Amino acid sequence: MPLLAWLNLTMSGMLLIVITPLTAAQIMLLVDRYLGGHFFDTQAGGSATLWMHFFWIFGHPEVYILIIPCFAFMSEIIPVFSRKPIFGYPVMVGATVSIGFVSMSVWAHHMFTVGMNSYANSFFAITTMAVGVPTGIKIFNWLGTMWGGRIQFKTPMLFCIGFLFQFLIAGLTGIMLASAPFDWQLSLSYFVVAHFHYVIVGGILFALFAAFYYWYSKVTGRMMSERLGKWHFWLFMLGFHMTFDVMHIPGLLGMPRRIYTYEPGRGWDTLNLIVSIGAFVQGIAILVFVANLIISYWKGARAGNDPWDAWTLEWSVSSPPPAYNFASIPTVASRRPLWDLKHPEDPDSRYD
Amino acid sequence: MKATSAIMTPAFETAGTWRLPDRGPVGMVSLIIAESAIFTIFVVAYLFYLGKSLSGPTPSEVLETPVFYTICLLSSSLTIHFAGKFLESGKRAAFLTSWFSTIFLGALFMYGTAREWYRLIYEHGLTISTNLFGTTYYSLVGLHAFHVTAGLVMLSIVLIFGLAGRVGADQSGRIGVLSLYWHFVDAVWVVVFTVVYVVGR
Repeated sequence: MPLLAWLNLTMSGMLLIVITPLTAAQIMLLVDRYLGGHFFDTQAGGSATLWMHFFWIFGHPEVYILIIPCFAFMSEIIPVFSRKPIFGYPVMVGATVSIGFVSMSVWAHHMFTVGMNSYANSFFAITTMAVGVPTGIKIFNWLGTMWGGRIQFKTPMLFCIGFLFQFLIAGLTGIMLASAPFDWQLSLSYFVVAHFHYVIVGGILFALFAAFYYWYSKVTGRMMSERLGKWHFWLFMLGFHMTFDVMHIPGLLGMPRRIYTYEPGRGWDTLNLIVSIGAFVQGIAILVFVANLIISYWKGARAGNDPWDAWTLEWSVSSPPPAYNFASIPTVASRRPLWDLKHPEDPDSRYD
Repeated sequence: MKATSAIMTPAFETAGTWRLPDRGPVGMVSLIIAESAIFTIFVVAYLFYLGKSLSGPTPSEVLETPVFYTICLLSSSLTIHFAGKFLESGKRAAFLTSWFSTIFLGALFMYGTAREWYRLIYEHGLTISTNLFGTTYYSLVGLHAFHVTAGLVMLSIVLIFGLAGRVGADQSGRIGVLSLYWHFVDAVWVVVFTVVYVVGR
């Protein structure tokens, strides 16, 4: 099975187990609000902390549900632009599945400041750090895929490299916050805000941009402009790092989140100004991206079936794909069927 | 349906070694996994709040173990299993009889729940807003009873089609999906019964 399929299988399985606790918690909330129940009513002996547990049982794995499809995009795009098959396929599968399992036992690291006992704190600190191991393995494998390859710095690949770089840093601040005492100091500060924006913007959004630039040609039949794409990438990169690198510092200096103003002279002013300027730069970059989407739809170069010389089956049909993509079922002998088709003298299936 | 699933089969493996599973059982298994998570949260809440009610009544004061109705529900798992077997072998009358017994036993169980709730509400004054026990008890047992009711509706629809002569051996796959759901509802009752009437007192 290709990694894209493996990762989406893992994500779908998580969806079943992870979204439903939120449903259950919401039913309880409805019972409380409309039927006079006491699930989370502290006046009647209920516990608000239980709500937090139920919410985060959903809330944390949800982050992995968001990012696992992005891992899938990385695993498709990086090999094509490195001109090498994915490095360490079985390990990638194992790492993905173990992320799926371990990520379901880390939720209460959002709750270190609630005042759980030391056993719970230790457990959730350890599981949170443990989930960093398979994630680290994936980063090493993507780097291993790039290592020694003939890397083509097309826009999708640029976003992939941005993803790798930023997702690593996001993971490292995550490991810092996994330590309960460190979290007591910095929970509810701008450091946390910077951390999860590093994951969501620096990781997920960059991966989505990569996927847009990679598959746009297949979806529309037109290439996205490389020139506008590079403007988008570099502007967004600049804006992203202005905003979210700098945001860590006011957090370390004690700036709490969820405030709309503060007294001058706390040393946060200049830093926050840079953060705001960065946000505008990101905004402009997004406008360039939207312009690229629109202009390329009408003016983009014709993509043809296979503009990236890729190896998976979607590139064997026309762009956009016909209403019924394969007239007869293609017989597939390896995970890179289009490579096998292009190189009958040296098919992947020979090495499986 | 057989024909489409054959066409849709993506040939990731060499042809002949792998078939696309039928979507009915896969969908039902997914539903069961998802529902298990919902019930788990409710069971956890019930156990967490055991003995934490600030006022009465308490489980040990008012709950009576519904042994007879539990036997009814659990034996309905047997009757639906045999109904499926009868349908596969084309014994239509036997199928309808077992199917009807399943519905009857399920309805009997619901009658038992209704009796119990009536007694709790009118004799003991326990409602969902009385205390934490009331909130968690009615939510957990009610959530299960809702699933039994939904199952009874689906079983009755099949019974109507069956009486009209529209359910044959070629439908046994779909009947299998439905009985998967019914077995799940019964299995959940084993957990709810243990938690509420055994551990919870």
